[in-house]
Amino acid sequence: MKRYTRTAISLHWLMTVVIVGTFSLGLYMADLPLSPEKLKFFSWHKWAGVTLFLLAIARLTWRMTHRPPELPEHMSPHEQRMARAAHGLLYVLMFAVPLTGWLTSSAKGFQTVLFGVLPLPDLLSKNKALGDLLETVHWGLNMALAVLVIGHLAAALKHHFVDRDDVLTRMLPGHGKH
Amino acid sequence: MKHWTIIALFPLAASLGLARTCHADEFNRVLTDQSTLTFSFKQMGVGLEGYFKKFAASLNFDPDRIDSARASVDVDLASIDTGYSEGDDEVAGKSWFNTKAYPSAHFASSRFKSLGAGRFEVAGLLTIKGRTQPVTPTATLTLRGNDASLDGVFVIKRADFSIGEGPWADFGTVANEVQIKFHIVATRGK
Repeated sequence: MKRYTRTAISLHWLMTVVIVGTFSLGLYMADLPLSPEKLKFFSWHKWAGVTLFLLAIARLTWRMTHRPPELPEHMSPHEQRMARAAHGLLYVLMFAVPLTGWLTSSAKGFQTVLFGVLPLPDLLSKNKALGDLLETVHWGLNMALAVLVIGHLAAALKHHFVDRDDVLTRMLPGHGKH
Repeated sequence: MKHWTIIALFPLAASLGLARTCHADEFNRVLTDQSTLTFSFKQMGVGLEGYFKKFAASLNFDPDRIDSARASVDVDLASIDTGYSEGDDEVAGKSWFNTKAYPSAHFASSRFKSLGAGRFEVAGLLTIKGRTQPVTPTATLTLRGNDASLDGVFVIKRADFSIGEGPWADFGTVANEVQIKFHIVATRGK
């Protein structure tokens, strides 16, 4: 049984946890009335987003240099195309979601200072209309990511319980090859 | 320039005229539309800047008679622009400026002191939200034609004026230090 590498498995599950946490915090904090907590939540959300962006770079680099296991032979060419497209889109969103968050913050006039100590450059100058537009785009991409992640989870469960193949287990931690 | 020509040509008349020239040299009309009042502070380690859209300033400033110089500034606190509307609404509220009870901030100079090279120390009292504190900003004078500009930066501690009370009193999110930057342009003659 061919598995994903230990590094790929670690990156997959680490990002799962951070993405779910950052996404939930984002949904929760957005409509809070202004308070010191809200400012803290926004900062934490932005720090987590930058971390996810860096993790996405590491993950894409790993993926391009380490061939993942093949899709199971029982999948039709159409199913295989769908799976590849979904995975490709997940990768695109892993970059696009944090990037639009960073741009939104810049356009709204709030620089991102990673962990409160490392100032990141503002990619855009302050522009309220653009900031509002980017916020909507950031939200839309997040909704697309949520739909894809749910579909990804549903597909993994279908492979495990219906198809009874190794698509889910080869990504589970504990047995990864070196 | 004209005055100096006259002085060179008519030394006698000049000695009389000089006294008058001094009065005419006083900068006493503040050009509000060219003047700015901005502030900056740190929020979660992030530097942010804002400004006040409305303020009135009066100035009697003659660089040659610095002892009698006077300045006062009234700031319409509700005219604040923090950079985002949610912030503007928040700081107008009770825990920040409480603009309903204290609509304006006031600065009045008590003494100008020359530091040389066009720099002046301006001692005075700053009143915000009913609290008065002494401040001594340093101003740099720049002469441009008939106009003079006084530029300076000084730091106040928001807690000294009870700006940001209750949940905001902690400096972990919004820092205590607030940097105030003024650019006052004035011209001669009323």
